[in-house]
Amino acid sequence: MAETKTVDNAHAHGSQEGVNYLNETSGLWSWLTTVDHKRIGVMYIYTIIAFFVVGGLFALALRLELLTAEKLFMTADVYNQVMTFHGSIMVFMVIVPGVPAMLGNFMMPIMIGAKDVAFPKLNLASWYCLIIGAVIAVASLFFGGVDTGWTFYTPYSAQSATAVAMVVFGAFVMGFSSILTGLNFIVTIHKLRCKGMTMMRMPLFVWSIYATAILQVIATPVLGITLLLLVAERIFGVGVFDPALGGDPVLFQHFFWFYSHPAVYIMIVPAFGIVSEIISTFSQKTIFGYKAIAFSSMAITFLSFLVWGHHMFVSGQSPVAGTIFTVLTMLVGVPTAIKLFNWVATLYKGQITLSTPMLYALSFLCLFTIGGLTGLFLGAFAVDVHLHDTYFVVAHFHYVMLGGAIVAMFGGLFYWMPKISGKMYDELLGKVSAVLVFIGFNVTFLPQFVMGSLGMPRRYATYDGIYSGYHVLSTIGSWVLALGFGVAIYALIKAAIKGEKAPEDPFKGTTLEWTIPSPPIHTNFETSPKVSGRPYEYR
Amino acid sequence: MSTGKVDRRVEPSHHFDSMIQEHDAGKQGVWLFMATELMMFGALFAGYFIYRTKYFDAWVEGGSLLDWRLGAFNTIVLLLSSFTMAQAVTDSMQGHNKKAFRNVIITTACAFIFMIVKYFEYSGKIHHGLFPGLGMWNPEAVEVAQTKLFMTFYFVMTGLHGIHILVGIGLMVWLMKRLKNDEFSKEYYTSVEGVGLYWHIVDIIWIFLFPLMYLI
Repeated sequence: MAETKTVDNAHAHGSQEGVNYLNETSGLWSWLTTVDHKRIGVMYIYTIIAFFVVGGLFALALRLELLTAEKLFMTADVYNQVMTFHGSIMVFMVIVPGVPAMLGNFMMPIMIGAKDVAFPKLNLASWYCLIIGAVIAVASLFFGGVDTGWTFYTPYSAQSATAVAMVVFGAFVMGFSSILTGLNFIVTIHKLRCKGMTMMRMPLFVWSIYATAILQVIATPVLGITLLLLVAERIFGVGVFDPALGGDPVLFQHFFWFYSHPAVYIMIVPAFGIVSEIISTFSQKTIFGYKAIAFSSMAITFLSFLVWGHHMFVSGQSPVAGTIFTVLTMLVGVPTAIKLFNWVATLYKGQITLSTPMLYALSFLCLFTIGGLTGLFLGAFAVDVHLHDTYFVVAHFHYVMLGGAIVAMFGGLFYWMPKISGKMYDELLGKVSAVLVFIGFNVTFLPQFVMGSLGMPRRYATYDGIYSGYHVLSTIGSWVLALGFGVAIYALIKAAIKGEKAPEDPFKGTTLEWTIPSPPIHTNFETSPKVSGRPYEYR
Repeated sequence: MSTGKVDRRVEPSHHFDSMIQEHDAGKQGVWLFMATELMMFGALFAGYFIYRTKYFDAWVEGGSLLDWRLGAFNTIVLLLSSFTMAQAVTDSMQGHNKKAFRNVIITTACAFIFMIVKYFEYSGKIHHGLFPGLGMWNPEAVEVAQTKLFMTFYFVMTGLHGIHILVGIGLMVWLMKRLKNDEFSKEYYTSVEGVGLYWHIVDIIWIFLFPLMYLI
């Protein structure tokens, strides 16, 4: 145990020894109708990891096709479909729900000393929204699929012969999952903190979940209505975005990015939270700049609504608008850099243990920094005109989304695995997976920066032979990366099935979840905890 | 009104410490939900204003195709329903479930009247070839081509609003059932207040739709 006494008697072993949230009731039905935030979190973990594997298989197929400059085994049409499904699955079914729904659901209420989220039934409904939306979207494969790319840009998405309306409607339903989760979390954080848990004593993961929830609640409805208008356009033939009727396809882009730019922060801000937890714990050191990290999340939330235009520099935006969006985009770099510097300062003179979660967190620091800095290239109006729609963009957002959000997500899964399942993971397997992911990731995506800046356009099934070397390297990297994630998922499953029993606090963490048994009991705490200090009070 | 036979809630749910805390949480949830409604309709209003600026003539013609008297009638109906809804919330807050029940019935009746008027408006428009899709549009019916775009916004925005009215009717039926059972009390009236807030946001959106569509 850490030396701090932030918690008074958070648990006292009760009468029912050995009963926890996992074995309290049994049977599939008890899971499908559960309103326990921990069980719902676990259901999200299973579903989202499954989606991640499916989206990953699509990615491997894409990279395999790109091994050769000419057609290997996919026609251009099939390639477009596979690309669209890869993007849509990874964005709408994996990264957007990802960290908040899995780890936020499980950990956030415990971290603030609550027994559950504010609206447990709504929480379960959110899970069903995700599943129903996903089923609708994936079922479109049997009705012609979809080939528009995950952005569904009009006018093509209004004309494409594929089942665009179905996928778009699926995304609309999944949007409800996101909105309701965000709503639930905001209320939980405002109303259910335990005694002594002031806002300024909340763990930084909770702060990041809070910032994310605000984005989910405010931004997602705009996507919802946009997708609904697109569905109306396809089914009824009305023309809000149809130039033939005086409608404007660029309006679709404005609406879309008004959601989808904040959405990239829905994806990355929770990852920031995980990294804050892991770095502090595995450095055994008080986090540097607690307030700065907490408020920078809120600053990112605010700024994220003002920068959507940087996705549309070549969509006929005026130079004035382009310049304004460039300046605003650069501003986002400030709070983001504040976070990075604080993490590095936390590491400085810390007692660093290179366990699996820490390796993932350190990978995150490297990869996210590269992703963030290349974002500045793309956010600059003039440079973007050259790099727009090239592999440079592809590499940039994979560094942020995969190297940032997903890597941190796996770090978080390893970090909280002992608490969630009550069992320890295999440290060696975990470390091997982290190293493989790091190497595989860079081999896959670094070459894409180079070929992108040389002019290789994105979203093409075939390409000019001069880019062959980079593509071959990238494809080989994708196999290493897949192996890395394969080992990681294997290590997690192995831990869940036959890991050694985990103690309460295997990593000497100081937040509330480490004061209760692993796995927790149904109500999380025997008696409501009382907090009398900040988290991370190591030394 | 303590008859003793009804199961009124006196204990909060297991994860709350007090009824007040639970009530506050529920209320905050509804307010946040209203924020999502505003963002959703907000996008449509933004689109409306962008196209209004671009195709001013079409918007003038489109507005003249709508009957402001029907719109005004519906506005009055909704304002009345807002009043009775607010009254119902006050009643249930004071524990007068029977009074609240009567007020919810009047509110629901207003909602039905609104939808009936809307039905006649819609069928009139469709009859005149003013529905901008499904092959029903009659280009001869208008002078400015982009009036079709105006009618699209008219049908999408009032249609989405109408769906909200229908959802509201469903919610009020649910409320009536619970009011009949005498479930609410001074300690617990969260559901009534929540539906009340929802009903007001639906009204407020109409208050903006009416002048933008029918008057200007």
